[in-house]
Amino acid sequence: MSMQSITLGHYIPGNSLLHQLDPRVKLISLFILIVALFLIKTFNGFFFYIFFIGALFISSRLPWKYFFRGLKPVLFIVLFTLILHFLFTKGGEVYWRLGALTVEEMGVFMGTFMTLRLILLVVTTLLITLTTSPVAFADGIEHLLRPLRPLGVPGYEIAMMMTIALRFIPTLMEESDKIRKAQMARGADFETGNIFRRARNMIPLLVPLFVSAFRRADDLAVAMEARCYRGGEQRTKMRELKAHFLDYVGIFTVSGICLAIFFTGI
Amino acid sequence: MSKIIEINSLTYHYPLEGGGVIKALDNLSLKIAEGEYLALIGPNGSGKSTLARHLNALLLPSEGEILVEGLLTSREEYRWEIRRHVGMVFQNPDNQIVATTVEEDVAFGLENLAVPPEIIRRRVAEALEMVGLTSFSHHAPHLLSGGQKQRLAIAGIFAMQPRCLVLDEPTAMLDPRGRREVLETLKRLNRTEGITVVHITHFMEETLEADRIVVMDKGRLVHEGQPTDIFGGDIDLESLGLEMPAIPRVVKILRAGGLEIPAGVLDVNQLVNFLC
Repeated sequence: MSMQSITLGHYIPGNSLLHQLDPRVKLISLFILIVALFLIKTFNGFFFYIFFIGALFISSRLPWKYFFRGLKPVLFIVLFTLILHFLFTKGGEVYWRLGALTVEEMGVFMGTFMTLRLILLVVTTLLITLTTSPVAFADGIEHLLRPLRPLGVPGYEIAMMMTIALRFIPTLMEESDKIRKAQMARGADFETGNIFRRARNMIPLLVPLFVSAFRRADDLAVAMEARCYRGGEQRTKMRELKAHFLDYVGIFTVSGICLAIFFTGI
Repeated sequence: MSKIIEINSLTYHYPLEGGGVIKALDNLSLKIAEGEYLALIGPNGSGKSTLARHLNALLLPSEGEILVEGLLTSREEYRWEIRRHVGMVFQNPDNQIVATTVEEDVAFGLENLAVPPEIIRRRVAEALEMVGLTSFSHHAPHLLSGGQKQRLAIAGIFAMQPRCLVLDEPTAMLDPRGRREVLETLKRLNRTEGITVVHITHFMEETLEADRIVVMDKGRLVHEGQPTDIFGGDIDLESLGLEMPAIPRVVKILRAGGLEIPAGVLDVNQLVNFLC
Protein backbone atom coordinates (compact mmCIF):
# COMPACT_ATOMS: atom_id res chain seq x y z
CA MET A 1 0.00 0.00 0.00
CA SER A 2 1.59 3.23 -1.04
CA MET A 3 1.46 5.94 1.58
CA GLN A 4 0.53 8.74 -0.78
CA SER A 5 -2.57 6.94 -2.00
CA ILE A 6 -4.38 7.12 1.33
CA THR A 7 -7.29 9.52 1.18
CA LEU A 8 -8.35 10.91 4.51
CA GLY A 9 -12.06 10.64 5.11
CA HIS A 10 -13.46 10.68 1.62
CA TYR A 11 -12.52 14.19 0.62
CA ILE A 12 -12.21 14.78 -3.13
CA PRO A 13 -10.57 18.19 -3.71
CA GLY A 14 -12.27 20.52 -6.14
CA ASN A 15 -13.62 24.04 -6.49
CA SER A 16 -17.31 23.61 -7.14
CA LEU A 17 -20.02 25.55 -5.32
CA LEU A 18 -20.29 22.85 -2.66
CA HIS A 19 -16.54 22.81 -2.15
CA GLN A 20 -16.49 26.54 -1.56
CA LEU A 21 -19.29 26.73 0.98
CA ASP A 22 -18.44 27.42 4.59
CA PRO A 23 -18.11 24.13 6.54
CA ARG A 24 -20.52 25.43 9.19
CA VAL A 25 -23.15 26.00 6.53
CA LYS A 26 -22.59 22.52 5.17
CA LEU A 27 -22.87 20.89 8.59
CA ILE A 28 -26.07 22.76 9.43
CA SER A 29 -27.51 22.05 5.97
CA LEU A 30 -26.74 18.38 6.38
CA PHE A 31 -28.66 18.38 9.63
CA ILE A 32 -31.64 20.21 8.10
CA LEU A 33 -31.68 17.91 5.08
CA ILE A 34 -31.71 14.83 7.29
CA VAL A 35 -34.66 16.27 9.22
CA ALA A 36 -36.38 16.98 5.90
CA LEU A 37 -35.83 13.38 4.82
CA PHE A 38 -37.70 12.16 7.84
CA LEU A 39 -40.54 14.60 7.26
CA ILE A 40 -41.20 13.38 3.73
CA LYS A 41 -44.44 11.39 3.58
CA THR A 42 -45.00 10.74 -0.12
CA PHE A 43 -43.05 9.61 -3.14
CA ASN A 44 -43.61 13.04 -4.63
CA GLY A 45 -41.60 14.41 -1.74
CA PHE A 46 -38.77 12.07 -2.60
CA PHE A 47 -38.81 13.13 -6.23
CA PHE A 48 -38.55 16.73 -5.17
CA TYR A 49 -35.67 15.86 -2.83
CA ILE A 50 -33.83 13.74 -5.40
CA PHE A 51 -34.14 16.55 -7.91
CA PHE A 52 -32.46 18.96 -5.46
CA ILE A 53 -29.69 16.57 -4.40
CA GLY A 54 -29.14 15.49 -8.00
CA ALA A 55 -28.65 19.09 -9.10
CA LEU A 56 -26.10 19.61 -6.32
CA PHE A 57 -24.34 16.40 -7.22
CA ILE A 58 -24.01 17.33 -10.88
CA SER A 59 -22.75 20.80 -9.98
CA SER A 60 -20.15 19.29 -7.64
CA ARG A 61 -18.64 17.30 -10.56
CA LEU A 62 -17.87 14.33 -8.33
CA PRO A 63 -17.19 11.03 -10.08
CA TRP A 64 -20.14 8.59 -9.83
CA LYS A 65 -18.02 5.74 -8.59
CA TYR A 66 -17.51 7.42 -5.21
CA PHE A 67 -21.23 7.23 -4.52
CA PHE A 68 -21.46 3.56 -5.33
CA ARG A 69 -18.38 2.93 -3.27
CA GLY A 70 -19.90 4.88 -0.36
CA LEU A 71 -23.16 2.97 -0.62
CA LYS A 72 -21.53 -0.44 -0.52
CA PRO A 73 -21.12 -0.67 3.26
CA VAL A 74 -24.84 0.03 3.85
CA LEU A 75 -26.07 -2.26 1.10
CA PHE A 76 -26.74 -5.08 3.55
CA ILE A 77 -28.86 -2.93 5.87
CA VAL A 78 -30.80 -1.56 2.92
CA LEU A 79 -31.60 -5.02 1.57
CA PHE A 80 -32.44 -6.27 5.04
CA THR A 81 -34.92 -3.43 5.57
CA LEU A 82 -36.47 -4.05 2.19
CA ILE A 83 -37.00 -7.77 2.78
CA LEU A 84 -38.31 -7.30 6.32
CA HIS A 85 -40.92 -4.83 5.16
CA PHE A 86 -41.92 -6.90 2.15
CA LEU A 87 -42.54 -9.97 4.27
CA PHE A 88 -43.84 -8.62 7.55
CA THR A 89 -45.65 -5.35 6.96
CA LYS A 90 -49.27 -6.26 6.30
CA GLY A 91 -52.25 -4.41 4.90
CA GLY A 92 -53.95 -3.72 1.58
CA GLU A 93 -54.06 -5.95 -1.45
CA VAL A 94 -52.15 -9.25 -1.38
CA TYR A 95 -49.68 -9.34 -4.26
CA TRP A 96 -48.02 -12.67 -3.74
CA ARG A 97 -48.53 -15.72 -1.51
CA LEU A 98 -46.45 -18.80 -0.65
CA GLY A 99 -47.83 -20.86 2.20
CA ALA A 100 -47.92 -18.62 5.24
CA LEU A 101 -45.75 -15.95 3.61
CA THR A 102 -47.48 -13.05 1.93
CA VAL A 103 -46.27 -9.88 0.30
CA GLU A 104 -48.92 -7.18 0.66
CA GLU A 105 -49.46 -3.65 -0.64
CA MET A 106 -48.41 -1.84 2.53
CA GLY A 107 -45.26 -3.93 2.77
CA VAL A 108 -44.17 -3.05 -0.74
CA PHE A 109 -44.93 0.61 -0.13
CA MET A 110 -43.14 0.84 3.22
CA GLY A 111 -40.19 -1.25 2.02
CA THR A 112 -39.54 0.94 -0.99
CA PHE A 113 -40.12 4.05 1.04
CA MET A 114 -37.70 3.14 3.83
CA THR A 115 -35.07 1.90 1.40
CA LEU A 116 -35.25 5.13 -0.54
CA ARG A 117 -34.97 7.11 2.67
CA LEU A 118 -31.88 5.18 3.81
CA ILE A 119 -30.15 5.50 0.46
CA LEU A 120 -30.86 9.22 0.29
CA LEU A 121 -29.56 9.64 3.84
CA VAL A 122 -26.25 8.08 2.87
CA VAL A 123 -26.06 9.96 -0.42
CA THR A 124 -26.70 13.32 1.26
CA THR A 125 -24.03 12.65 3.86
CA LEU A 126 -21.59 11.54 1.16
CA LEU A 127 -22.25 14.68 -0.84
CA ILE A 128 -21.16 16.77 2.14
CA THR A 129 -18.20 14.65 3.28
CA LEU A 130 -16.83 14.26 -0.25
CA THR A 131 -16.69 18.03 -0.72
CA THR A 132 -15.40 19.10 2.73
CA SER A 133 -11.77 18.69 3.76
CA PRO A 134 -11.32 17.07 7.17
CA VAL A 135 -9.59 20.18 8.48
CA ALA A 136 -12.50 22.37 7.42
CA PHE A 137 -14.78 19.88 9.12
CA ALA A 138 -12.85 20.18 12.38
CA ASP A 139 -13.01 23.98 12.10
CA GLY A 140 -16.74 23.89 11.44
CA ILE A 141 -17.43 21.61 14.38
CA GLU A 142 -15.37 23.80 16.66
CA HIS A 143 -17.39 26.88 15.67
CA LEU A 144 -20.73 25.16 15.96
CA LEU A 145 -19.89 23.85 19.42
CA ARG A 146 -18.83 27.28 20.69
CA PRO A 147 -22.26 28.23 22.08
CA LEU A 148 -22.24 24.99 24.10
CA ARG A 149 -18.99 25.94 25.83
CA PRO A 150 -20.73 27.14 29.03
CA LEU A 151 -22.39 23.73 29.26
CA GLY A 152 -18.95 22.12 29.38
CA VAL A 153 -18.73 20.91 25.75
CA PRO A 154 -15.01 21.15 24.90
CA GLY A 155 -15.31 22.29 21.27
CA TYR A 156 -11.72 23.53 20.90
CA GLU A 157 -10.31 20.39 22.38
CA ILE A 158 -12.41 18.19 20.10
CA ALA A 159 -11.23 20.15 17.08
CA MET A 160 -7.60 20.00 18.27
CA MET A 161 -7.90 16.26 18.76
CA MET A 162 -9.30 15.84 15.26
CA THR A 163 -6.50 17.92 13.76
CA ILE A 164 -3.79 16.00 15.60
CA ALA A 165 -5.37 12.69 14.63
CA LEU A 166 -5.39 13.80 10.99
CA ARG A 167 -1.80 14.97 11.26
CA PHE A 168 -0.60 11.65 12.68
CA ILE A 169 -2.61 9.16 10.62
CA PRO A 170 -0.09 9.19 7.74
CA THR A 171 2.85 9.08 10.18
CA LEU A 172 1.43 6.06 11.99
CA MET A 173 0.54 4.38 8.69
CA GLU A 174 4.13 4.71 7.58
CA GLU A 175 5.27 3.37 10.91
CA SER A 176 2.95 0.36 10.85
CA ASP A 177 4.24 -0.43 7.39
CA LYS A 178 7.80 -0.33 8.73
CA ILE A 179 6.97 -2.53 11.72
CA ARG A 180 5.13 -4.97 9.48
CA LYS A 181 8.15 -5.38 7.28
CA ALA A 182 10.47 -5.69 10.27
CA GLN A 183 8.28 -8.42 11.79
CA MET A 184 7.96 -10.21 8.45
CA ALA A 185 11.74 -10.20 8.18
CA ARG A 186 11.73 -12.01 11.54
CA GLY A 187 9.30 -14.61 10.25
CA ALA A 188 5.95 -13.15 11.30
CA ASP A 189 3.04 -14.29 9.17
CA PHE A 190 0.24 -11.82 8.47
CA GLU A 191 -1.32 -13.47 5.47
CA THR A 192 -2.39 -17.05 6.17
CA GLY A 193 -4.83 -18.74 8.52
CA ASN A 194 -8.44 -18.10 9.45
CA ILE A 195 -9.71 -14.82 10.81
CA PHE A 196 -8.92 -15.60 14.47
CA ARG A 197 -5.43 -16.77 13.71
CA ARG A 198 -4.81 -13.67 11.63
CA ALA A 199 -6.13 -11.43 14.38
CA ARG A 200 -3.74 -13.05 16.82
CA ASN A 201 -0.87 -12.69 14.40
CA MET A 202 -1.48 -8.94 14.40
CA ILE A 203 -0.29 -8.65 18.00
CA PRO A 204 3.42 -8.28 17.11
CA LEU A 205 2.38 -5.38 14.90
CA LEU A 206 -0.04 -3.66 17.25
CA VAL A 207 2.04 -3.72 20.42
CA PRO A 208 5.05 -1.82 19.02
CA LEU A 209 2.70 0.52 17.18
CA PHE A 210 0.87 1.40 20.39
CA VAL A 211 4.06 1.84 22.38
CA SER A 212 5.41 4.19 19.75
CA ALA A 213 2.13 6.09 19.52
CA PHE A 214 2.22 6.75 23.26
CA ARG A 215 5.81 7.92 23.04
CA ARG A 216 4.88 10.27 20.22
CA ALA A 217 1.95 11.59 22.21
CA ASP A 218 4.26 12.33 25.10
CA ASP A 219 6.80 14.14 22.90
CA LEU A 220 4.06 16.09 21.20
CA ALA A 221 2.57 17.21 24.50
CA VAL A 222 5.95 18.60 25.60
CA ALA A 223 6.48 20.28 22.22
CA MET A 224 3.03 21.87 22.39
CA GLU A 225 3.63 23.13 25.89
CA ALA A 226 6.98 24.56 24.82
CA ARG A 227 5.07 26.48 22.16
CA CYS A 228 2.81 28.02 24.79
CA TYR A 229 -0.24 25.81 24.25
CA ARG A 230 -2.51 26.01 27.28
CA GLY A 231 -5.91 24.90 26.10
CA GLY A 232 -8.24 26.55 23.66
CA GLU A 233 -9.58 29.38 25.80
CA GLN A 234 -7.91 32.46 24.40
CA ARG A 235 -6.41 31.18 21.18
CA THR A 236 -6.82 33.02 17.90
CA LYS A 237 -6.96 31.45 14.44
CA MET A 238 -4.85 32.23 11.41
CA ARG A 239 -7.87 31.58 9.19
CA GLU A 240 -11.14 32.71 10.66
CA LEU A 241 -14.22 31.21 9.06
CA LYS A 242 -16.25 33.87 7.29
CA ALA A 243 -19.70 33.29 5.82
CA HIS A 244 -20.19 34.88 2.40
CA PHE A 245 -23.29 35.75 0.39
CA LEU A 246 -23.50 32.26 -1.14
CA ASP A 247 -23.38 30.68 2.31
CA TYR A 248 -26.49 32.61 3.35
CA VAL A 249 -28.21 31.68 0.08
CA GLY A 250 -27.35 28.04 0.78
CA ILE A 251 -28.73 27.97 4.28
CA PHE A 252 -31.95 29.78 3.19
CA THR A 253 -32.51 27.39 0.30
CA VAL A 254 -32.08 24.32 2.46
CA SER A 255 -34.30 25.69 5.24
CA GLY A 256 -36.88 26.65 2.62
CA ILE A 257 -36.93 23.13 1.25
CA CYS A 258 -37.37 21.66 4.71
CA LEU A 259 -40.23 24.04 5.54
CA ALA A 260 -41.90 23.40 2.20
CA ILE A 261 -41.84 19.67 2.83
CA PHE A 262 -43.25 20.16 6.30
CA PHE A 263 -46.11 22.47 5.34
CA THR A 264 -47.20 20.95 2.04
CA GLY A 265 -47.14 17.49 3.59
CA ILE A 266 -45.62 15.84 0.55
CA MET B 1 27.41 41.78 26.73
CA SER B 2 24.22 41.34 28.69
CA LYS B 3 23.21 37.93 29.96
CA ILE B 4 20.06 36.38 28.58
CA ILE B 5 20.12 33.27 30.75
CA GLU B 6 21.73 32.85 34.12
CA ILE B 7 21.94 29.47 35.82
CA ASN B 8 23.01 29.54 39.45
CA SER B 9 24.07 26.28 41.16
CA LEU B 10 21.30 24.25 39.55
CA THR B 11 20.66 20.77 40.89
CA TYR B 12 17.92 18.52 39.59
CA HIS B 13 16.74 15.18 40.96
CA TYR B 14 14.75 12.77 38.86
CA PRO B 15 12.31 10.90 41.04
CA LEU B 16 12.55 7.15 40.58
CA GLU B 17 9.64 4.76 40.67
CA GLY B 18 9.31 3.27 44.13
CA GLY B 19 11.13 6.09 45.90
CA GLY B 20 14.67 7.33 45.58
CA VAL B 21 16.09 9.90 43.21
CA ILE B 22 18.72 10.24 40.52
CA LYS B 23 20.80 13.37 40.44
CA ALA B 24 20.65 14.46 36.81
CA LEU B 25 22.20 17.88 37.28
CA ASP B 26 24.69 18.64 39.99
CA ASN B 27 25.36 22.17 41.18
CA LEU B 28 25.69 23.58 37.68
CA SER B 29 26.27 27.27 36.98
CA LEU B 30 26.36 28.85 33.54
CA LYS B 31 25.75 32.24 32.00
CA ILE B 32 24.59 32.61 28.43
CA ALA B 33 25.17 35.94 26.71
CA GLU B 34 22.68 37.67 24.44
CA GLY B 35 23.39 36.81 20.78
CA GLU B 36 25.79 34.00 21.60
CA TYR B 37 26.02 30.68 19.72
CA LEU B 38 26.59 28.14 22.44
CA ALA B 39 27.23 24.47 21.71
CA LEU B 40 26.54 21.94 24.43
CA ILE B 41 28.21 18.54 24.19
CA GLY B 42 28.62 15.56 26.46
CA PRO B 43 28.13 11.79 26.53
CA ASN B 44 24.68 10.19 26.74
CA GLY B 45 23.13 10.63 30.14
CA SER B 46 25.29 13.62 31.01
CA GLY B 47 22.22 15.78 31.60
CA LYS B 48 22.23 17.89 28.42
CA SER B 49 18.56 17.40 27.66
CA THR B 50 17.59 17.87 31.28
CA LEU B 51 19.45 21.16 31.31
CA ALA B 52 17.78 22.21 28.06
CA ARG B 53 14.33 21.60 29.50
CA HIS B 54 15.16 23.84 32.42
CA LEU B 55 15.78 26.77 30.11
CA ASN B 56 12.12 27.28 29.31
CA ALA B 57 10.53 26.01 32.50
CA LEU B 58 9.52 22.59 31.19
CA LEU B 59 11.43 21.34 34.22
CA LEU B 60 11.95 23.28 37.43
CA PRO B 61 15.13 23.17 39.55
CA SER B 62 15.24 20.99 42.64
CA GLU B 63 17.82 23.39 44.04
CA GLY B 64 19.35 26.58 42.70
CA GLU B 65 17.71 28.95 40.25
CA ILE B 66 17.51 29.97 36.61
CA LEU B 67 16.89 33.49 35.41
CA VAL B 68 15.70 34.09 31.86
CA GLU B 69 16.03 37.80 31.12
CA GLY B 70 15.88 38.32 34.84
CA LEU B 71 12.70 36.24 35.30
CA LEU B 72 12.80 33.26 37.63
CA THR B 73 11.67 30.09 35.86
CA SER B 74 10.28 28.68 39.08
CA ARG B 75 7.65 31.42 39.28
CA GLU B 76 4.40 30.29 37.74
CA GLU B 77 3.39 33.78 36.60
CA TYR B 78 6.48 34.13 34.37
CA ARG B 79 6.17 30.71 32.74
CA TRP B 80 4.48 31.75 29.48
CA GLU B 81 6.59 34.88 29.13
CA ILE B 82 9.69 32.69 29.45
CA ARG B 83 8.43 30.12 26.94
CA ARG B 84 7.74 32.89 24.48
CA HIS B 85 11.31 34.17 24.79
CA VAL B 86 13.03 30.79 24.81
CA GLY B 87 11.85 28.52 22.01
CA MET B 88 12.69 24.87 21.78
CA VAL B 89 13.31 22.41 18.95
CA PHE B 90 13.44 18.71 19.75
CA GLN B 91 15.19 15.70 18.32
CA ASN B 92 12.35 13.86 16.57
CA PRO B 93 11.12 15.98 13.68
CA ASP B 94 7.78 14.17 13.44
CA ASN B 95 6.73 14.47 17.03
CA GLN B 96 6.71 18.24 17.24
CA ILE B 97 4.55 19.10 14.26
CA VAL B 98 0.96 19.68 15.28
CA ALA B 99 -1.00 20.84 12.26
CA THR B 100 -1.92 19.27 8.95
CA THR B 101 -0.29 21.88 6.71
CA VAL B 102 3.07 23.62 6.89
CA GLU B 103 1.70 27.14 7.32
CA GLU B 104 -0.87 26.08 9.92
CA ASP B 105 1.92 24.53 11.94
CA VAL B 106 4.01 27.68 11.87
CA ALA B 107 0.91 29.55 13.01
CA PHE B 108 0.31 27.23 15.97
CA GLY B 109 2.51 29.07 18.47
CA LEU B 110 1.17 32.45 17.40
CA GLU B 111 -2.41 31.22 17.76
CA ASN B 112 -1.57 30.13 21.29
CA LEU B 113 -0.30 33.64 22.02
CA ALA B 114 -3.61 35.06 20.77
CA VAL B 115 -1.95 37.15 18.05
CA PRO B 116 -4.52 38.75 15.66
CA PRO B 117 -5.03 36.78 12.38
CA GLU B 118 -3.58 39.44 10.01
CA ILE B 119 -0.36 39.59 12.00
CA ILE B 120 -0.18 35.79 12.17
CA ARG B 121 -0.36 35.56 8.38
CA ARG B 122 2.43 38.11 7.98
CA ARG B 123 4.74 36.49 10.49
CA VAL B 124 4.10 33.00 9.14
CA ALA B 125 5.11 34.20 5.67
CA GLU B 126 8.26 35.80 7.08
CA ALA B 127 9.21 32.72 9.07
CA LEU B 128 8.73 30.40 6.08
CA GLU B 129 10.85 32.76 3.99
CA MET B 130 13.55 32.71 6.66
CA VAL B 131 13.88 28.90 6.65
CA GLY B 132 13.31 28.61 2.88
CA LEU B 133 10.03 26.70 2.94
CA THR B 134 7.79 29.30 1.31
CA SER B 135 7.00 27.07 -1.66
CA PHE B 136 5.83 24.31 0.70
CA SER B 137 3.38 26.38 2.71
CA HIS B 138 0.33 24.28 1.74
CA HIS B 139 2.04 20.91 1.89
CA ALA B 140 1.20 18.21 4.40
CA PRO B 141 4.10 17.91 6.88
CA HIS B 142 4.51 14.15 6.44
CA LEU B 143 5.55 14.73 2.83
CA LEU B 144 8.58 16.82 3.87
CA SER B 145 12.09 15.44 4.30
CA GLY B 146 13.66 15.23 7.76
CA GLY B 147 15.70 18.39 7.24
CA GLN B 148 12.64 20.26 6.00
CA LYS B 149 10.62 19.11 9.01
CA GLN B 150 13.27 20.42 11.38
CA ARG B 151 13.37 23.72 9.50
CA LEU B 152 9.59 23.83 9.81
CA ALA B 153 9.94 23.34 13.57
CA ILE B 154 12.47 26.18 13.64
CA ALA B 155 10.10 28.40 11.64
CA GLY B 156 7.32 27.67 14.13
CA ILE B 157 9.52 28.99 16.92
CA PHE B 158 11.01 31.85 14.91
CA ALA B 159 7.53 33.18 14.12
CA MET B 160 6.98 33.68 17.86
CA GLN B 161 9.92 36.12 17.83
CA PRO B 162 11.95 34.50 20.59
CA ARG B 163 15.20 35.89 22.00
CA CYS B 164 16.77 32.50 22.40
CA LEU B 165 16.46 29.16 20.62
CA VAL B 166 17.33 25.90 22.39
CA LEU B 167 17.83 22.87 20.16
CA ASP B 168 18.04 19.41 21.66
CA GLU B 169 20.00 17.29 19.17
CA PRO B 170 18.04 18.66 16.21
CA THR B 171 20.20 16.84 13.66
CA ALA B 172 20.43 13.42 15.32
CA MET B 173 17.80 11.84 13.07
CA LEU B 174 18.77 13.58 9.84
CA ASP B 175 20.85 12.62 6.82
CA PRO B 176 23.96 14.72 6.02
CA ARG B 177 22.06 16.98 3.66
CA GLY B 178 19.28 17.64 6.18
CA ARG B 179 21.92 18.32 8.81
CA ARG B 180 23.61 20.89 6.61
CA GLU B 181 20.29 22.63 5.89
CA VAL B 182 19.49 22.89 9.58
CA LEU B 183 22.97 24.15 10.49
CA GLU B 184 22.85 26.83 7.84
CA THR B 185 19.45 27.95 9.06
CA LEU B 186 20.74 28.14 12.62
CA LYS B 187 23.76 30.16 11.60
CA ARG B 188 21.57 32.61 9.72
CA LEU B 189 19.23 32.90 12.66
CA ASN B 190 22.12 33.69 14.94
CA ARG B 191 24.13 36.02 12.69
CA THR B 192 21.42 38.00 10.90
CA GLU B 193 18.55 37.92 13.39
CA GLY B 194 20.71 38.10 16.49
CA ILE B 195 18.90 35.24 18.20
CA THR B 196 20.84 33.45 20.92
CA VAL B 197 21.30 29.77 20.04
CA VAL B 198 21.91 26.93 22.48
CA HIS B 199 22.71 23.88 20.37
CA ILE B 200 22.98 20.46 21.96
CA THR B 201 24.64 17.92 19.73
CA HIS B 202 26.49 14.63 19.37
CA PHE B 203 28.28 15.74 16.26
CA MET B 204 31.52 17.48 17.17
CA GLU B 205 31.87 18.95 13.67
CA GLU B 206 28.73 21.00 14.29
CA THR B 207 30.34 22.82 17.19
CA LEU B 208 33.37 24.17 15.34
CA GLU B 209 31.73 27.46 14.46
CA ALA B 210 30.14 28.05 17.84
CA ASP B 211 31.19 31.05 19.91
CA ARG B 212 31.61 28.84 22.93
CA ILE B 213 31.46 25.14 23.74
CA VAL B 214 30.31 23.73 27.04
CA VAL B 215 31.17 20.12 27.88
CA MET B 216 29.03 18.26 30.38
CA ASP B 217 29.57 14.98 32.18
CA LYS B 218 27.50 13.32 34.91
CA GLY B 219 25.34 16.39 35.44
CA ARG B 220 28.31 18.71 35.83
CA LEU B 221 29.93 21.28 33.64
CA VAL B 222 33.42 19.93 33.07
CA HIS B 223 34.93 22.13 30.36
CA GLU B 224 34.07 25.43 28.82
CA GLY B 225 35.77 27.50 26.15
CA GLN B 226 36.10 28.45 22.51
CA PRO B 227 36.39 25.65 19.95
CA THR B 228 40.15 26.25 19.74
CA ASP B 229 40.44 25.65 23.50
CA ILE B 230 38.22 22.60 23.60
CA PHE B 231 39.74 20.92 20.56
CA GLY B 232 43.25 22.28 21.05
CA GLY B 233 44.50 18.92 22.24
CA ASP B 234 44.90 19.67 25.94
CA ILE B 235 41.52 18.32 26.91
CA ASP B 236 41.01 14.59 26.97
CA LEU B 237 37.62 14.24 25.28
CA GLU B 238 38.05 10.54 24.57
CA SER B 239 37.85 9.70 28.25
CA LEU B 240 34.37 11.27 28.25
CA GLY B 241 33.36 9.07 25.32
CA LEU B 242 33.45 11.99 22.91
CA GLU B 243 35.27 11.99 19.64
CA MET B 244 37.45 14.83 18.40
CA PRO B 245 36.40 16.35 15.07
CA ALA B 246 38.45 15.10 12.12
CA ILE B 247 40.84 18.01 11.61
CA PRO B 248 41.78 18.59 15.26
CA ARG B 249 42.36 14.84 15.47
CA VAL B 250 44.73 14.96 12.51
CA VAL B 251 46.47 17.96 14.04
CA LYS B 252 46.92 16.06 17.29
CA ILE B 253 48.45 13.09 15.50
CA LEU B 254 50.79 15.33 13.51
CA ARG B 255 51.88 17.06 16.68
CA ALA B 256 52.55 13.75 18.35
CA GLY B 257 54.73 12.95 15.36
CA GLY B 258 56.81 16.03 16.08
CA LEU B 259 55.28 18.60 13.73
CA GLU B 260 54.89 22.09 15.21
CA ILE B 261 51.31 23.24 14.47
CA PRO B 262 50.09 26.49 16.03
CA ALA B 263 46.88 26.54 18.08
CA GLY B 264 43.67 27.47 16.35
CA VAL B 265 43.83 25.14 13.36
CA LEU B 266 40.30 23.69 13.20
CA ASP B 267 39.27 23.29 9.59
CA VAL B 268 40.66 21.87 6.39
CA ASN B 269 41.59 25.22 4.84
CA GLN B 270 43.58 26.33 7.85
CA LEU B 271 45.43 23.04 7.95
CA VAL B 272 46.13 23.09 4.21
CA ASN B 273 47.40 26.68 4.47
CA PHE B 274 49.74 25.71 7.22
CA LEU B 275 51.05 22.53 5.66
CA CYS B 276 51.53 23.71 2.08
